[in-house]
Amino acid sequence: MSKITIPLGPQHPALKEPENFMLVLEGEQISGATVNLGYNHRGMEKAAEGRTYIQNLYLIERVCGICSHSHTTTYITNVEELAKAEIPQRALAIRTLFAELERVHSHLLWLGVAGYEMGFETLFMYTWRDREQVLDCLELLSGNRVHYSINTLGGVRRDISAEQKAEVLKRIKFLEERTQYYIKLATQEPTVLARTANVGKLPYDVAIERGAVGPTARASGVARDVRKDDPYLIYSQLDFNVITHNTNDVFGRLVVRALELLESYKIINQVLNNLPEGPVAVKIPMRIAPGEAVNHYEAPRGEDIHYLKSNGTDKPERLKVRAPTLANLQSVAYMLEGGWLADVPLVIAAIDPCMSCTDRAAVWNPKKGKTEVYSWEDMRKLGIEHYKRRGVDFGRL
Amino acid sequence: MDSILPLAYILIFPGFLFLAVYGLFLQWVDRKLCAVMQNRMGPPWFQGYADFIKLLAKEVIVPDASTHKTMFRVLPFFAMAAVMTAMILIPVGRTALCSFQGDMVVVIYLLTIPTVTFFLAGWSSASPYSTVGSMRVLTQLFAYEVPLMLSLIGPAILAGTWNLSEISAFYAANPAFIPAQLLGFLAALIALQGKLERMPFDIPHAKNEIVGGQFTEYSGRLLDFFLLAVDMELVVGAALVNAVFLGGSLGLAGWAGAAMFLGKTLFVTFLLALLKVLMARIRIEQMINFCWKYLAPVAMAQVAFDIFLKYKLG
Repeated sequence: MSKITIPLGPQHPALKEPENFMLVLEGEQISGATVNLGYNHRGMEKAAEGRTYIQNLYLIERVCGICSHSHTTTYITNVEELAKAEIPQRALAIRTLFAELERVHSHLLWLGVAGYEMGFETLFMYTWRDREQVLDCLELLSGNRVHYSINTLGGVRRDISAEQKAEVLKRIKFLEERTQYYIKLATQEPTVLARTANVGKLPYDVAIERGAVGPTARASGVARDVRKDDPYLIYSQLDFNVITHNTNDVFGRLVVRALELLESYKIINQVLNNLPEGPVAVKIPMRIAPGEAVNHYEAPRGEDIHYLKSNGTDKPERLKVRAPTLANLQSVAYMLEGGWLADVPLVIAAIDPCMSCTDRAAVWNPKKGKTEVYSWEDMRKLGIEHYKRRGVDFGRL
Repeated sequence: MDSILPLAYILIFPGFLFLAVYGLFLQWVDRKLCAVMQNRMGPPWFQGYADFIKLLAKEVIVPDASTHKTMFRVLPFFAMAAVMTAMILIPVGRTALCSFQGDMVVVIYLLTIPTVTFFLAGWSSASPYSTVGSMRVLTQLFAYEVPLMLSLIGPAILAGTWNLSEISAFYAANPAFIPAQLLGFLAALIALQGKLERMPFDIPHAKNEIVGGQFTEYSGRLLDFFLLAVDMELVVGAALVNAVFLGGSLGLAGWAGAAMFLGKTLFVTFLLALLKVLMARIRIEQMINFCWKYLAPVAMAQVAFDIFLKYKLG
């Protein structure tokens, strides 16, 4: 049978963000896949260098629409480490609470997306309806549904009252029941099993070799979780399990995420019932002493790494973000090969990709159909020509 | 007068106008039912009509790379014409407009034509998504067509006729035989779901995988008529299942017969909507496995049972 090359993206119903996958098809089966990044570069790291540490909070929160808390917490941990600040326990507990609420909302969102990608729209509608409960909790606690802005330098912006605590616990209890139902549904419904079992295989050693992180790695039996391996916030005081699964396929990723939801509910209960007393924030100087810091954090999608370099002023010298999707994308090409075309959206969705978090610096030339690296001179020439066409000549500067 | 009446049948009832209006109505019923079952609001009742009129006004774009531009343009009308012709042979009231011995075979044949036009539409579009979509259309045709035919043969054998109107008259006269066709009825419903390319068998135009499938390059009026043909096919499919398995109008004529027809087609649509929300879309190879391993044997068992019944009862 002759081979057809099908472009999946950058504009495609299966992808919520611009990204390109070139698939070589033999009939319905995929014989080769290439991942092309770089449609969504927003220059955030450079932008961070021009803003003060407190202004950057606003920027960093917008690296991702789902793991907004993950990015700010990692960033802020770096800043606080450089400022040698002692953060009150209550603030750390509230950050942990938000981290887990975020994980719940992210995993429920993923469950819906997975349902949608396998053509199970009822599951999609149901999980997204129930996800509203956790979004309501976040709104109740922080005033916002998605960009909570709860973090501030030296602590958190808001305290939690007893009424809020009771309301959140009530909603979490409801979600727990719903999650039990979804676990039953996902592990028993024959069409879901048919679409997820043995799809997108990622064996243990390949997962290690390609550096998979988060639920993608854990579904291949790799017990990798920053919360346990290198506890941050107050995770060392909490009782929870690292969920792993050994089927190495999309089904495993589904089960891991569903069971992680239950672990998150457990953590939320523990944190809310043992909230330490005290202030929720301390003062931090505007200027941060020169130094470097690296921190990692278990975002809902996996390990998120931030590097920060300060130079004694009120602005960072360099900020580097490594979002979990970048680590997981290496595995996608492996998982796609030899699979069915019908499974591509599901396999891509199974790593819970967040492309706009990932894109940092690649340059993709659609005319030539390949990735290129521009030199500084080329970039300058490009910019001058761009503005010349619009009637502004920067060439003489 | 004699020359006007057949024209009225073809253009108004049960021909074009009725099929179009009722097809778009059933589309709304289907969407609303799914929405309610999925905990959503769903569209208002005029959504289908509004969409139809709006698409009519939109620009038609024929791709430059199209392999056969004339064919690309006429295919939607072929699909619609075939579906409309099939409707003339299916009893709406007590008998069909035109009925003869063997018209069931003609209906099955006519209902295959839209599927073939879908394939040709995808093939003449010359886009990778359409090409994959049209390959899937044909592959799927081989999966559901045999179970569908087998399940329709059973009741015909028991009734001892190949005439749709006579089959429904037979079951209206002997309603005790209707429950005996349960297996065949379920097999026919599932195969019909495949024929109409609805979830879980919407594989040829699975939007997450191949965008619009065979219709990717279609736009404006041409797309509109294709979509209308699909909605009409839903009416015809439901009417066919009603005539063969549910005893048609149960011997009622006039308004009562028409009400019976509407009620039963709505019931079949409800069952199809239920199938739609219950499952995830399956892969093409899983569909073929399912149709040949389970659906065809079930339909075959029904045929064997009907032959046995026929022999037993003389």
